[in-house]
Amino acid sequence: MTGTRLLLYALRRLLQAVPMIVIILIVNFFLIHSAPGDPVDVLTGSMETSEEYIAELRAEFGLDKPLVQQLGIYLWKAAHFDLGYSMRYRQDVTGLILSRLPATLLLMGTALVFSSFLGIMLGVFAARRPYSLSDNAVTFIALAGYSMPVFWLGQILLLIFAVQLQWFPVQGMFSLRVPSHGWARFADLMHHLALPAITYSVYHLTLIYRLTRVKMQETLTLDFCTTARAKGLSEASVVRRHALPNAMLPVVTVIGLNFGFMLAGSVLTETVFAWPGTGRLLYEAINARDYPVLLGLFTFLSLMVILANVLTDIIYALIDPRVTYS
Amino acid sequence: MTDHATAPLLCVRGLTTTLRTDTSEFDAVSDVSITIGRGEAVALVGESGCGKSLTALSLMRLLPSVARLSPPTSVTFDGVDLATQDDAEMRKARGRKMAMIFQDPLTFLNPVMRIGDQVTEAIRVHNVLTKAEASQLALESLERVRITAPAQVMRYYPHQLSGGMRQRILIAMAISCKPELLIADEPTTALDVTIQAQIMDLLADLRRELGSSMLLITHDMGLVAEYVDRVYVMYAGEIVEEASVFDLFAAPKHPYTQALLKSSLSVDRRTEVFETIAGVPPNLANAPKGCRFHPRCPVAIERCAREHPGFTDMGNAQRARCLLLEEGA
Repeated sequence: MTGTRLLLYALRRLLQAVPMIVIILIVNFFLIHSAPGDPVDVLTGSMETSEEYIAELRAEFGLDKPLVQQLGIYLWKAAHFDLGYSMRYRQDVTGLILSRLPATLLLMGTALVFSSFLGIMLGVFAARRPYSLSDNAVTFIALAGYSMPVFWLGQILLLIFAVQLQWFPVQGMFSLRVPSHGWARFADLMHHLALPAITYSVYHLTLIYRLTRVKMQETLTLDFCTTARAKGLSEASVVRRHALPNAMLPVVTVIGLNFGFMLAGSVLTETVFAWPGTGRLLYEAINARDYPVLLGLFTFLSLMVILANVLTDIIYALIDPRVTYS
Repeated sequence: MTDHATAPLLCVRGLTTTLRTDTSEFDAVSDVSITIGRGEAVALVGESGCGKSLTALSLMRLLPSVARLSPPTSVTFDGVDLATQDDAEMRKARGRKMAMIFQDPLTFLNPVMRIGDQVTEAIRVHNVLTKAEASQLALESLERVRITAPAQVMRYYPHQLSGGMRQRILIAMAISCKPELLIADEPTTALDVTIQAQIMDLLADLRRELGSSMLLITHDMGLVAEYVDRVYVMYAGEIVEEASVFDLFAAPKHPYTQALLKSSLSVDRRTEVFETIAGVPPNLANAPKGCRFHPRCPVAIERCAREHPGFTDMGNAQRARCLLLEEGA
């Protein structure tokens, strides 16, 4: 009963996301057309060309058609996951993004899980001893971490742990001479992952820490926690069974929303550590004026953010019984 | 052991609760002494903010971090002083020896936990039971508080229940371990009048079934008259009068008690205009010198502003803190 209702709720939320995606595609389309220059000029370059040849090219790329029809073709292609062709990489954009995606998902997933988990743990720890020495110490460090720019922190970590101490590799995802499979390859990957994942985590971790601490401290003073204590529960049980599930509600929302910020942050981290993911691809595409890739990435990243939001809504509905599905 | 049966269940002496604010420290509850016999129902009455609820929380040692018990507090429950017990021992007493029923049934239930889990938890914390056994006992507790379709209610969340139902759940949790003392802190204040009577009758029945004692905290003199044996009247953090319910209504001795009774409506006293007590209760951070009630007292004499009154014994277990009684007026 509840399972079916939840499934229907999830489906409805996904359907509601469709118009949003279409709007993003349309905005992206007009972004191309408002960009300076004619695609045909770029193609022909400084070559002497006849009027007939230019008309031929226009016809070939569908540029002679009315704008609305062009938009229709663009949407139709996007609906079939055709985001265009990259001149620079000589590859279709969808394939290019998908080939870079695993690296980003690995980095982002590691950072998201690590920072959320540690942030919540530290937040609960600090909330149980508010304004104590340990609380103040953690809060001070968190504030420092929150204020640090990602690219700066990444470079400092590189200088200390990769260049000076040489504990970690400086860049990339794998060493040049590395076993092609097995545990050794996995260990090499983890070795490369450590510094970028930590850099990537710091902002998110401090955010989650600060939110958890405030929410936990507040929840522990609420009436139902008094009821729990009056039952004879230990403070640890009150925290674990009563305060934490309630304090986690806003934290889950923020973790979901942060997904988008982390995608944006991946540009800086991946560039600093030469991590071959979509963030670095975006940076390269900007430098190479590779418009199809750039727009493909915009569309793709928007899609990811929308999906993350839908997922957050579903998880929220699962953990808060007061959310109605209808 | 010989005096086990005759000794009172709860014997509070000199209960003092100190509140700390940014600027000052003061006693919000001072020198409160309360005795509750086995099976006895006792009320603690007074205006909002007089320290009734804080007294209840002090007995359970559930004080917020800004409050603490100060000497000479002693809370002797069944021969053991709870005020000096370590936290682990105190936890064993909570819910098992003394249980509390709170004022607002919505905020005192965990919104994201099923009713069944909340009631079962109260049982399992004090008894080594399997989940199924505890669940069965929880079901029986719900039946005992006259919840219809208890098996179904076990699966509900608090927001799916009415106010009266929620209060029954809180009561079910409180009685689940058959405590010897029930502390009910304004258990009906948040409810409709018709539901109020149902809940109070239920509490009276349960108390009879379990043989428990009850401390009822209220400002409703109507409830006091109907449901308790003895009354403590509290004003500005201290007990000002103590009497059997009959003596209190028949012959209140303290001017505050008299004013309190006059300000509550009564069917057999057909007054058109009901009286209020002039002024407001004092700010305890800056309590008046002498008798704490004297600035609002209609019969205060010059001595009241200087001297803090002690109790004057009026016989028949009635006593009051008033200098006029001392003077024999």
